[in-house]
This record gives sequence, C-alpha cells and structure tokens, in this order.
Amino acid sequence: MSVELGNFSPEERAAQEKRLRDTWETPKGWRYWTSVNNSEIGLWYGVTAFVFMLFAGVLGLLIRLQLVVPNNDFMSAELFNQVFTLHGTVMMFLFAVPIFEAIAIFLLPSMLGARELPFPRLSAFGYWSFLLGGIFVCGSIFFNAAPNAGWFMYPPLATDKEYAGIGADIWLLGLSFIEVASIAAAVEIIVGIMKCRAPGMRINMMPMFAWYLLIVAGMILFAFPPLIAGDILFEMERMFNWPFFDPSRGGDPLLWQHLFWIFGHPEVYIVFLPAIALMAMIVPTFSQRPIVGYSWIVLAAVGTGFLSFGLWVHHMFATGLPQISLAFFSAASEAVAIPTGVQIFVFIATMLAGRVIFSVPMLFGAGGLIIFVIGGLTGVMVALVPFDWQAHDTYFIVAHLHYVLIGGMFFPIVAGIYYYFPFVTGKKLSDTWGKVAFWLMFTGFNTAFFPMHFSGLRGMPRRVFTYPEEFGWDIFNLISTIGAFIFAAGVATFVIDIFRPKPKPAERNLNPWNSGTLEWTNDPDESWGMRSVPIITSRYPLWDQPNLQADIEAGRFYLPDAKSGRRETLVTSVLDAKPIQCLRVGGVSYVTIIAALSLGGVFIALTFHWWIPTIICAIITFIAIIYWLWTGTAQIPEAAETDVGLGLSLPVYVSGPASVGWWAMFITMVGDGTAFASLIFGYFFYWTVHDDYTGVSAGPGVFWPMVALLLYLAAWGLTMLARQLNEKGPTGCRFALVAAAAVTIAASLAGLAGPYLTGMDPTSNVYPATVWVIALWTVVHGVVGVVMQLYCLARSLTGNMTGEYDQDIRNVTLYWHFMAFTAVVTFGVLGLFPLVAS
Amino acid sequence: MKSVIPREVETLWTLFTAPVVWALHFIICYATVAVFCAKRLPASFSFDTVRIVLVVVTLAALAMIVLSAYLAWRQWGFGAKDAPHDEPTRSSRTLFQGFATLLLSGLSFVSVVYAAIPLIFIAECQP
Repeated sequence: MSVELGNFSPEERAAQEKRLRDTWETPKGWRYWTSVNNSEIGLWYGVTAFVFMLFAGVLGLLIRLQLVVPNNDFMSAELFNQVFTLHGTVMMFLFAVPIFEAIAIFLLPSMLGARELPFPRLSAFGYWSFLLGGIFVCGSIFFNAAPNAGWFMYPPLATDKEYAGIGADIWLLGLSFIEVASIAAAVEIIVGIMKCRAPGMRINMMPMFAWYLLIVAGMILFAFPPLIAGDILFEMERMFNWPFFDPSRGGDPLLWQHLFWIFGHPEVYIVFLPAIALMAMIVPTFSQRPIVGYSWIVLAAVGTGFLSFGLWVHHMFATGLPQISLAFFSAASEAVAIPTGVQIFVFIATMLAGRVIFSVPMLFGAGGLIIFVIGGLTGVMVALVPFDWQAHDTYFIVAHLHYVLIGGMFFPIVAGIYYYFPFVTGKKLSDTWGKVAFWLMFTGFNTAFFPMHFSGLRGMPRRVFTYPEEFGWDIFNLISTIGAFIFAAGVATFVIDIFRPKPKPAERNLNPWNSGTLEWTNDPDESWGMRSVPIITSRYPLWDQPNLQADIEAGRFYLPDAKSGRRETLVTSVLDAKPIQCLRVGGVSYVTIIAALSLGGVFIALTFHWWIPTIICAIITFIAIIYWLWTGTAQIPEAAETDVGLGLSLPVYVSGPASVGWWAMFITMVGDGTAFASLIFGYFFYWTVHDDYTGVSAGPGVFWPMVALLLYLAAWGLTMLARQLNEKGPTGCRFALVAAAAVTIAASLAGLAGPYLTGMDPTSNVYPATVWVIALWTVVHGVVGVVMQLYCLARSLTGNMTGEYDQDIRNVTLYWHFMAFTAVVTFGVLGLFPLVAS
Repeated sequence: MKSVIPREVETLWTLFTAPVVWALHFIICYATVAVFCAKRLPASFSFDTVRIVLVVVTLAALAMIVLSAYLAWRQWGFGAKDAPHDEPTRSSRTLFQGFATLLLSGLSFVSVVYAAIPLIFIAECQP
C-alpha cells in the first residue's frame, strides 16, 4: 500500500484532537461507571478478577491452616467443604477466565491498531454481569450458603437437597450467568481480531497475542455451551425434580461428568493459552528480536485448541468406561504434549537467538515455565490410565493441577502485569519489589505444592477436612502450609507494589521496554486509543517502521479526526486487512448496566424460587435489550460514505456477511448450536445406557413432531422470502414477516403438543424429561425467532429498515438458518428415533 | 484439462482442515466403541469387526490429512521460500498460511495415529 500520508498544520491538529477527545471522553463523576470504552472496561474487569483471586487465595490459606496438623478443629467439616469448593470455583470461573477477557479487552484494540472493539457495549454488559454474578457466588459463604460439593459439582452429592442446599443453586445459576458473559466476550474478541485490524496487518503479521486469543475465543464457543446445557439439566432436576441424574428413574450421574469435563478440560487450555500469549509478547521484547518460529506458534495454538477437546474423559478414568474408550483419551492426552512443548521450545529458541535482558517480567515468565514443565510432566504421568487409577483423587492431582495452573497461568499473568503496567498507568513497577515478590512466590509455591506429590502418593485423598496422625501425612502438610504462607507473602508484596504511590516519570516514555508491537504507541492519558490508525507493514512495526510513533501522533494516518462526533473505527478484510468500512461503535450508556443487572436479577431470583421477581426482572431485561438494539444497532447514517482520511471514503453501513453484526450472530449461534448438540448428546447417551430407553413411557408420537417441523421450515422459508421482498419494497416484506411470525407460533404450539398430548410426565423418568427439555429448547428458540420477526416488522414500519439498509432482516435470516437446523434435528430425533430404536 | 485436485482458495478456513479431520476421526472412534460396548448389538457383529471398520476409518482420515498436507505444501510454494514469511505482501501471507497448514497437518497426522494405537492393542470392551 503506497499512499501519501496526511499533513496537518498544528492548528488543524489541535482542532482534530479536541474533537477526538470530546467524542471519546470518559464521563466524569458517578457517570464514570456508564463508560463503555475498552480501556475502562478492561481495567475494571481486570481489577475485579484480581480481587476475586485474592479472596479465593485467602480461602486457600484457610484450607492450609485447617490441614496444618492432624485432627485440627480450626474449621468444621461443613465450612471446609464450602471453602474448598468456593476456592476452586472462584479461581477458575471468577479469576482465570475473566482475567484473560479483561486483558484481551484492554489490549487488543491497541495491539491491532483499532480505536475500539466492535461491540463496546457488549463488553460493558459482560463486565457488569460478571461483577454481579461474582459477588453473588462469593458472598454466599458469608451466609453459610456457599456451594459445598466441590468445584465440579458431581451428582448425586450435588443434587441431594439434604446435603447441598441453596449453595448448589447459587453455583449453577450464578455461574451460568457468568458463562453468558464469557460467550459475549468470545464474540467480541473473534470479530475484533478478524475484522478490526489496522490496514496492512495481514494474518501473517498479527501479533502472537491475537492469534492465541482468536483460538481461545473459538474454544470458549465450543467449551462453555456444554456446561450451560449441563447446568440447565442440573437445575431442572433441582428445581422441578426432572430426574436427569437420578438412577432410580433412569437418569445417570455420568452424563454430568461428561458435560462438565467437555467444558472443564478445554477450560484448562482456555486459561493457559492466553497466559502463554503474554509470554509470546514478553519474550521477543526482552530478547530484542522477533519471535523465532511464528508459524510454529500458530501450529501450537491451533493444535492445542483442537486436541484439548479430546481429553475430557481423562478426568473420568476411574468411572468404569470401557478400556478402549479410556485408551483413546489417553492417546490424545499424550498427543497434546506435542504442541504444548513446541511453544516452550520456541521461547527458548527466541531467547537463545537474541540477547536476553533479565527483567522482572522475564523472571516471572521463566519461573512460571519451570513450574509449568513440572506440572506438564506429572500430567503425562496421570494421562496414563494405570497410573491415574493410583493417583486419582489424591493430593498428587492437587499438586499436578496447581503446578499447571499457577506455573502456566498465574506466573505469566503476573509477568504480564509487570510488563504492561507502564502501558496502563505510564509508570513502572519497582524492580526490587518485583524480585522480592518473585523469589517469595517461587520458593513459597514449590514449598507448598511439591510435598503434595508425596502426601498424595502416600494416599492422602483430596478434600478431606482432617486426617489422623498415624498415616505419616503430617510433615508434608506442615511444610505445605508454611510454603503457602510464603507464597502469599510474595503475592502481598506484589499487591503492595501495585498500590503504593509512585512518582510520575520525569520524561514521557510511552515505550519503556523498547517493544516492537503497536500497543506501545498509545498514550495512557488519552482515551481515544490510536491517535490515527496506521498502515502496518511489519510484525514488529515499532522496530521496523521508522517514524511510526510520530506519524501516528501527528494524525497522518486513517481516521485522524472525529467530524461526525461519533465513535468510529476501521473494519478491514479478514486475510489482507484492506479497509472496507468505517464502523460506528456504541458510546456511553446506561442500558448495558440495566440489562446486566436485571438479567442478574433473573438468575438470583430463580435461585430462591421467587417467581414474581424473576418475571419482573425478565421483563426489564427484555425491554432493556430491545431498547439497546433499537437505539444502538443498524442506525441509518446521514450519508452512505464517510471520509476516513488519506483520500479514502468508506461505507458506514454494511449488511450481510461483510458486517460485524452478521458475524456476531453467526458466532453466537455456533455457541448456541453447541449447547443444543450437548442436549442431543444427552438423549443418545441415555439411549446407550438403557436397554429400552424410548419404550419406558409413551413418546411424543410422530404426528405432532412432524407438523412442528414442517411449520418451522415454512416459517424459515417465509423469513427468507421477507428478506428478498424487502429489497423490492417494504409491503411484501411486512406481509411475509406477519405470516412468518404466525406460522412460528403455530409451530411452537405443535412442538409442545407432542409430549403434552401424549401425557409425558417429565418427573416420572429420564426419557420424558429429555424429550421435554429438547422440545422446550427448540420452542424457546422459536419464540425468540418470533420476537426477531416482529422486531424487523417494527423496524420496517418505522423506516429504520429499508431495502438498502437491511442489516436487521439479514441477521434475523441467519438466526433462522440455525433455527431451521435445530428444528430438523429436534423433531427428527424426538419423532422418528423411537421408531428406529424399537 | 481439469485437475481433480482442488484449486487454491482464498480463505482462512483451510488452516483448520486437518485438525477437523482429527476431530471427526476421534468422535467416530469414540462414539462407535461407546455404542458398541454399551449396546452389545447383534452378536454376529464382533469387536474385531469394529476394530477393522475403525482402522479403515483411520486410513481414510490419514488420507484426507495427507491431501490437506499436499494442498498446504502447494500453497507454501513447495517449500521454495523459507520462513518467517513476514513480508507485507499477499504472497508472503499465502506462504505463511501454507506453511502453518502444513505444520498442522503433520500434528493431526501424528494425533490420528496416536488415537489408532488402542485399536491394535485392545481386543475387547473390558468394561
């Protein structure tokens, strides 16, 4: 790309900067909290996740205090159960996953050279959901109501209302709510990385961090929905007595284990890969050379992303599955060591090829890698079935998972915080404090967790609240507890270093580590991100593109101005990053907070079975979301094209596959489809465990499911017809939409008629329960489909949707493609499979 | 003359071809033995038959991965240029895609072979 760069007089630049500053201004006072800017949301997200981590860390210390000597009575068994359950739950769900979402939201726009991610309000919505859900889950322990069945909530223990009281519901509903936030973040990250890179940043030039995050966000789409499906089944059992996990009525607790670990194992990599991504940014900087083996890192990220889905059963080696099934998962568990190892060799090679500067971030990075490698080696051991049978559910596993997670995730995150602290605040953390913190944490960690290998091999089971003297576990536990407190002292040192007052550096230096990547051009004092969106010609533009920083700051590249007074960012093509659209993103808003808090209200009220508040909150959520969409999406612009600088004019409004909204819908529906597939998996899972699964009670019959299927397909056709007619004029489209909505309602009634008219009682046996839950899933999607059709109708009637500006109906049609697929599978399986099975 | 080998396409999706083949192979192997061992369907249908069928599936999967690797090798210009492929040009980007796809094909090949090893050694369900 050879274009003439812009040239502005100092007066013009000052005027541009004023307009940009006004447009991107962060509100003052209490309105500050209505901000949706990625730098604020990212910071809040990160701080909140970090506070949850400290809270869970204190719980961890309480566990160690209880176990310091045999027969200790520091805590009751019941409280101990709540403490370790919450420790694991909070660390995994409220720290490990959200902290990476926080870092991604904070860093990605700057790294990619975008002003903002494509859906800032969605990020804000995710944050508020996370905050509320997190407080709800953490707060439960102060009311002696925390979940107490372990962080993976195995039934029948966790479905037993006598034992696991309200805590289990808090876990299920609170975390489902947070999973929604994670999927929202995944949508944001994928679309952001694919479509919002700076011009010229082809996919072979993306920062490593972006590659990893792209893969991780993709993994979230396939990993979290099975857990959401599991949560639905679980909560239906707890709330309405539908026997999904109750063997006396045909249920099977193992289904939960499958669904949980289809989520749970990829999740380990979902937290590990972003941390390694930080290392992939840090190592080149402190080796002062480009990373060795860029393509190999891509191999590792993509390879790990896929293989991590073939590992879930290695958490279930002791459940009595056929040997050959175990062997498949054992093989995949060994195979995943290959891409994992590749990354570590890439880092070592980069360090060898460059001149390494030993700084605090490198110290944490290297220390973390050492710890992680030890955890990886014990991982290879427990991936072998015979060894796992010995070590299963012992402290050996506790040692293994902490080595993997703290080495592979926590240390790199700390390294990342040291590295990016100047990017966030303009100030550096102290080297001295950092070194003290590191050595305390490193020695403390190993002192705490290495002895657990031995206590585990000597037979100490996980999750026991105390142990007798004569087993010989006491010395290891004593050492572990001492180590845990040394480790905590290191963390405390680090936290104090973050919060202690630091003088502003004498001279402005935006790039104190002499890094090569684009984010270091940003001024932390300005909220516009990039002063102008540069043209990128290198993987390390700050090293290779002379004068880049000055040109960006002089507004010589794209979008140097904000004449429209709207927040704008560039959308570029996926492979070669050619500019294709000037995207207007959402600004400051209350609606995201209202939507998140009211949706949180739905989940919280459901926990306590307060039906009326549930309905009220649901109505508020619905109104808030409709208002949000109506006022914030698919706005018809005042002119079709706008000048983005450097002599280029780009469209403001794009619809169909070229638009970010279409991709957001597509990605969301892929996640939705995965949850649906998990329910279908459940249907067939039960079929395999029963000799006569579909014969225990009357089925939904063939007639009604087929009627429902045909009607849904007709509604799908009418929706597509409406989209086509809309191009010619509004009238035909409106009639088609009305007809489609009416047919969808009929289809939904027919969908329920099958199980209803044949008198299937979902509490009697798992077969009717499964039929009901799948039919309900589809019907609920049908109802959402009706809302969408009527929404398009209203947009058309009010002139917000025309033949030219048709984003709404195109996205709705995309939804309906998935809807049609869902209907085909649902009613095909429910109606026809019983015939095949018998 | 029209070639049977697919043309070169401009998309990111091809990067994932080989891992998707691995995933499908894995699911087929897992689901087949899970259903067979749980249902013990027709007695005439032995576990050895299942193993043979899955070996055939494995060979098919490996063949698809080899094809994906060949296409990637072609996209990589048959190795004419060395990494790092970091030039700001379309051709460099294509070479990068080819090389990364080739590497992933290699990993997927090994992983499919790994998954097939139990078929050789395990001769019954052994619940």
